[in-house]
Amino acid sequence: MALFKLSINNRTLSADVESDTPLLWVLRDNLGLVGTKYGCGIAQCGACTVHLDGKAVRSCVVPVSAVGKSKVTTIEGLSEKGDHPVQKAWDEVDVAQCGYCQAGQIMTAAALLKEKPKPTDEEIVSTMSANICRCGTYHRIKEAVKVAASKTN
Amino acid sequence: MKIAATAGGGLFLGFNWSNSNALPVVVDAKDIAAGLIKFNSYLSIGTDNSITIISPNPEIGQGIKTAFPMVVAEELDADWKLVKTVQGNLDTTIFERQVTGGSGAVPHSWERLRKAGATARYLLVEAAATTWKVPIAECSTENSKVIHKTSGKSLSYGQLADAASKLKAPTEITLKNEKNFKLIGQSIRNVDNKNIATGKPLFGLDFYREGMLFALIQRPKAFGLKLKSVNSDAAKAMPGIVDVVTFDNSVAVVGKSTWQVKKAKDLLKIEYEKIADLESSADHNRIFSQLMDGGEATVRRKDGDVEAAFKNAAKVIKAEYQCPFLPHSPLEPMNFFAHVREDGVELVGPTQTPDRARTEVAKITGIAPEKITVEITRQGGGFGRRLAADFVIEAAHVSKLMKAPVKVIWTREDDMAGGIYRPAVRYRFEAALDKSGTLIGYKLRGVGMNSGNSTREDNFPSGSVDNLLIDSVEHKSPITTGPWRAPITNFLAYAEQSFIDEVAEAAGKDPIEFRLELLEKAKKAPAGEVKYDIDRMIAVIKLAAEKSNWGKKKDVYQGFSVYFSHRSYVAQVGEVKMEKGKPVLKNVIAAVDCGIVINKSGSLQQVRGGVVDGIGHATYGNMTFKDGAPDQTNFNGFRLIRMSEIPEVDVHFVDNGISPTGLGEPALPPAGGAAANAFYKATKQRLRNQPFINEEAFKGIS
Repeated sequence: MALFKLSINNRTLSADVESDTPLLWVLRDNLGLVGTKYGCGIAQCGACTVHLDGKAVRSCVVPVSAVGKSKVTTIEGLSEKGDHPVQKAWDEVDVAQCGYCQAGQIMTAAALLKEKPKPTDEEIVSTMSANICRCGTYHRIKEAVKVAASKTN
Repeated sequence: MKIAATAGGGLFLGFNWSNSNALPVVVDAKDIAAGLIKFNSYLSIGTDNSITIISPNPEIGQGIKTAFPMVVAEELDADWKLVKTVQGNLDTTIFERQVTGGSGAVPHSWERLRKAGATARYLLVEAAATTWKVPIAECSTENSKVIHKTSGKSLSYGQLADAASKLKAPTEITLKNEKNFKLIGQSIRNVDNKNIATGKPLFGLDFYREGMLFALIQRPKAFGLKLKSVNSDAAKAMPGIVDVVTFDNSVAVVGKSTWQVKKAKDLLKIEYEKIADLESSADHNRIFSQLMDGGEATVRRKDGDVEAAFKNAAKVIKAEYQCPFLPHSPLEPMNFFAHVREDGVELVGPTQTPDRARTEVAKITGIAPEKITVEITRQGGGFGRRLAADFVIEAAHVSKLMKAPVKVIWTREDDMAGGIYRPAVRYRFEAALDKSGTLIGYKLRGVGMNSGNSTREDNFPSGSVDNLLIDSVEHKSPITTGPWRAPITNFLAYAEQSFIDEVAEAAGKDPIEFRLELLEKAKKAPAGEVKYDIDRMIAVIKLAAEKSNWGKKKDVYQGFSVYFSHRSYVAQVGEVKMEKGKPVLKNVIAAVDCGIVINKSGSLQQVRGGVVDGIGHATYGNMTFKDGAPDQTNFNGFRLIRMSEIPEVDVHFVDNGISPTGLGEPALPPAGGAAANAFYKATKQRLRNQPFINEEAFKGIS
């Protein structure tokens, strides 16, 4: 066990865990940030997507010891009031069915728009194809990313 | 019947969802505050005009938590912006059929929900009329207000709640004319959208309790094995591990965090012994071919003289179709929280059948069901997997053994390898045509694995063919199986609709015309009982043909499919285009008759999602076995459809004003057939087995 000081959602949080513990489980079991979801544990489904220094990563395969001083952003910290353009677009387009994968989808989309504010359809599809939605809400995920892009400067 | 108001806050109009009249029942708000009366189903109106509606059925993504309250709010004429919806917990004294399965909740509850809203509305109107001393008939309601047009007076529901609480509820209630619906038929956003988009703890896996322990369970690694011995020394020595306990054939590693428990579980040394055949997929193929010809068949339906029809046929068409086992793969894996105490049990988590969960836990703990509570969380998908209670039973076992609150978590590998699958099945179809290309004989044999009846003997084309024989053969497999979204029909519909396409071609007829001829025949001279509505089926067929511009598009290969399941009718046209020499499914046009559409947005989602699910599993879904163990244990081996692989899905609803039926499943069954028939048009190759990607005709395509 070791004490890790992590910068998460602009706060410094500590967790006393083994160094190989995936960031996902530190967030969920130690820090109470359960918005980041467990889906597969092997970086296949994208439900656990968070931002590490603004880039989308799969927190299920990032050991806590690898986080270092990087800034972690989870769905809870994407915006203060839940009003990030992607979050708003997800509501406006009414994307969710069961909703379980959507935090990961939103985090993936937000990272894409940060890098490419006006992505092409192909860029949206190729980026978002990394995330699984078992309910099959893909049509609206695509639409919501476009809505968010249209409202981002 | 009495209704009580509280000093501090408005009116609780409880209604009994199980009562066929759905009238408000006695709810004393003081008792509620004191926790003396247990009720889970109610509509409450606060003096602040807030309206709370509880939705009792488990929400797994089918949209019930939005749709149910919409129905109540419609009859109440409530301002939707003021409505808050709450998930009800298990309460069999108040709720009836608190289940998510069979696409049955809406047809079951439609009238009950409407009456509940209408009764409350009536009392509020009566209270206003009494206050104003005007006849009830002169009052109307709108946006949570009672209005007296002649005098221009109006009072809000919040202002009227106290007065309404002193009135006697009517024994008969008139419901709205469906033509006057304002909320029903609109696009209403999922009530949990904001919580979902901000990562609030909604799901079972998100449930944490102070002092709770985490448990991962090692189950037998193959179907047909039994636990022989366990050496847990190494596991117990790992940090964070509290204990390792054994029950039935399971070994539970219990500790202080998910990761610690997961690592320790990998160190268990377990020996198993064989108690049944360890089946491999090759065995299944052999069993199918043996039973298809030599198995003992149970006749499911027999009309006319099928042997004579085949003897006299001008042409006989015969084909076999097969599909593999499938895991459900809800993205939230199985999990459940249990706290077994001396005096009762607390259960929290995702279940499609909370009552079954409670009954099973009562059996293993010896604690009376009324001392067991079940809190239903939002669920990250279900697809039928959460109809079982195995994971709840596990949580109760571990909590009882540990004498502590415990959450049992299944890893993805546990979830995929842990059993209860859509079983593999093989069908043989035979059709007899006369000289004019009329279908005079039809045979279907299903060989199922733990399916019971692997056919749906009364579905189309039954009723339209004079000589028909449908039977089934069963194999008992040690591999555990259960309902998977649209049980049986999730594959049968594909096989049947592909075969009918083959028969239409042999008859030299257009696939849609061929089906319509059969339906006209079923109408004029039915062969045996017809258990589907012929006109509704014809209507969706014609709508799909019209919306897809059937047969008139250039460079588009269209395939047709239609199916009746779970009381709803869905026709689909798949459209394949050739891109760089390869056939690509570009579009699916769906025509849907589920009666009145409650929530347009949610319904559209169910149809699109059902088509994506149907195409996805038909194309990629494949679970195989080696010596009783699944070969695929995570999403690297088991392929789910992704955004880049979906067709556009264009949805059209039939507007016929009929009471609504289910939509969680009916869009899935026809999808595979629409795709395969379009693929055939483009390539002249039939896809007779799923997954498509393993078919010779499909090689090099995807």
